[in-house]
Amino acid sequence: MTPPQSQEQRLKRQRVQDRLFRGSTQFFAFLVLALLAGIIISLFIGAMPAIKHFGLGFITGTDWNPVTEQFGGWNSITGTLLSSFIALLIGVPVSFGIAIFLTELSPVWLRRPLGMAIELLAGVPSIIYGMWGLFVFAPWFADNIQPTLAEATVNIPLIGALFQGPPMGIGMFTAGLILSIMVIPFIASVMRDVFEIVPAMLKESAYGLGCTTWEVVWNVVLPYTKNGVIGGVMLGLGRALGETMAVTFVIGNAHSGISSLFDPATSIAATLANEFTEATGELHTASLIELGMLLFVITFVVLSLSKLLLLRLEKSEGSNT
Amino acid sequence: MNLYFRRRLVNTLSLTLSLAAMAFGLFWLLWILYTLLKNGLGGLSLSLFTQSTPAPGSPGGLANAILGSLTMAGAGTLIGTPIGILAGTYLAEFGERGWLAPATRFINDILLSAPSIVIGLFIYEAYVRHVGHFSGWAGALALSLLVIPVVVRTTENMLKLVPNTMREAAYALGAPQWKMVLSISLRAAKAGVLTGVLLAVARILGETAPLLFTALNNQFYSNMNQPMANLPVVIFQYAMSPYEDWHALAWAGSLLIGVFVLGLNIVARALVRNPSQH
Repeated sequence: MTPPQSQEQRLKRQRVQDRLFRGSTQFFAFLVLALLAGIIISLFIGAMPAIKHFGLGFITGTDWNPVTEQFGGWNSITGTLLSSFIALLIGVPVSFGIAIFLTELSPVWLRRPLGMAIELLAGVPSIIYGMWGLFVFAPWFADNIQPTLAEATVNIPLIGALFQGPPMGIGMFTAGLILSIMVIPFIASVMRDVFEIVPAMLKESAYGLGCTTWEVVWNVVLPYTKNGVIGGVMLGLGRALGETMAVTFVIGNAHSGISSLFDPATSIAATLANEFTEATGELHTASLIELGMLLFVITFVVLSLSKLLLLRLEKSEGSNT
Repeated sequence: MNLYFRRRLVNTLSLTLSLAAMAFGLFWLLWILYTLLKNGLGGLSLSLFTQSTPAPGSPGGLANAILGSLTMAGAGTLIGTPIGILAGTYLAEFGERGWLAPATRFINDILLSAPSIVIGLFIYEAYVRHVGHFSGWAGALALSLLVIPVVVRTTENMLKLVPNTMREAAYALGAPQWKMVLSISLRAAKAGVLTGVLLAVARILGETAPLLFTALNNQFYSNMNQPMANLPVVIFQYAMSPYEDWHALAWAGSLLIGVFVLGLNIVARALVRNPSQH
């Protein structure tokens, strides 16, 4: 038996407990915030030797030579950007198609299973994409698609040069293609979700005027959800930029500039995965960390933009209803 | 008439393309799953679960890697879950005023999609470099940082679904705030929060990049203070090697991870009929 307490004592104790509880949840929320600052600061400190040594030239330098201790990130950085760009080029139209199918075309009973199947693509661990890409997709691609593509485009100026070179299967294009498969579920599920918030009345009015399904999607749904769609694309871009294992397997890991999309290349994440544990010397490690920091900054900007656009859509939707 | 025909044509064409896009997505999923089954099933055997990773050419299994993966994922989840739940609780229950909640929400969503390899770099800088060696704990820490954003997000979303009338009823009975949150809000959102944890576990079990610089790898099962074997890194190293029997082990390991992760994903979604989006 606890001794009897006065009402006042008990209230006081409850107030203290409440404050403690509230304070501890607040502390952990703050911890999440501090985590981001911690990541940036510690990467900056780790990259300091390289920043001091190379300055801004690190970004534009094309040499990457551990023996002579010359490090420039240009090829890795452009590799990351180019592979993500290819991923979006293929992934965005496909995701758009999937979202239209799931919201407008598919019979209602099929929507859930099909949506889930597409989301499962996002659940497949990236190392499995990598193994599949290296052992199954790349050889098939080299035997069946690459020679045909090269032949078909050889006479087209500018574009033709992009698809020449020995058909090795691995390289920049394969990395971009596999990345596109990996970002499709993210982009498609954002698009589907924002398409679903379009008020039925708007769509019905358009149908009532005699619009076809495509015209409703293109002239009503898409303008209404513009910000959300761009936000979804940016989210996909953020994912593609930082993807490591799948790219490491198939990009070829060559620190050289590329002249054709079939050439082996490298990306920031692939360079890190391949070299970090074997890096000798402070400058090599610091250069790799600086690459990591640049990657983090790029993805941070892209993801922030995505988040802001999606927030803006949410707000405008809130004011309409 | 001409215009009418053209509009119909455009419509049919675009809807066909949309169907083709759906088929395109499913095609890759099926191809990957088929490959996984075809190459992985042959490698499944009892020795896979009882023997350690071998030298090339000799028989062996993945026992140490499986155990190491489970240990680190378990430790990572145990560290990350309470932090995630408490932070998520703050966002949902106490976050309506002030700058902290919106800022945390924003940053958390960014951490959710941040490159996991950078998380590995961060733990290397902040922990491994000071301790002086790779270790299982470093791996678990890196994984816990991936758990936190997922759990924060689902906890907040699920708590927001709890009707306010339940909170008011608890207050009207004189319950203090902490008791209300713990035994009313969180209890009502239990299934949803559990979904978040399962999704987080599914995510970290397949993660390779953050473990490369933290747990590294080991030929044997080790304690948490030493470099620790784990499935994804073993798969990576074996797949990149030129040995056929290592490739077979890598496929078997991929199948294990794939089945486990996809299974967890499906279970988590089945738990809540309206799963939160990531």
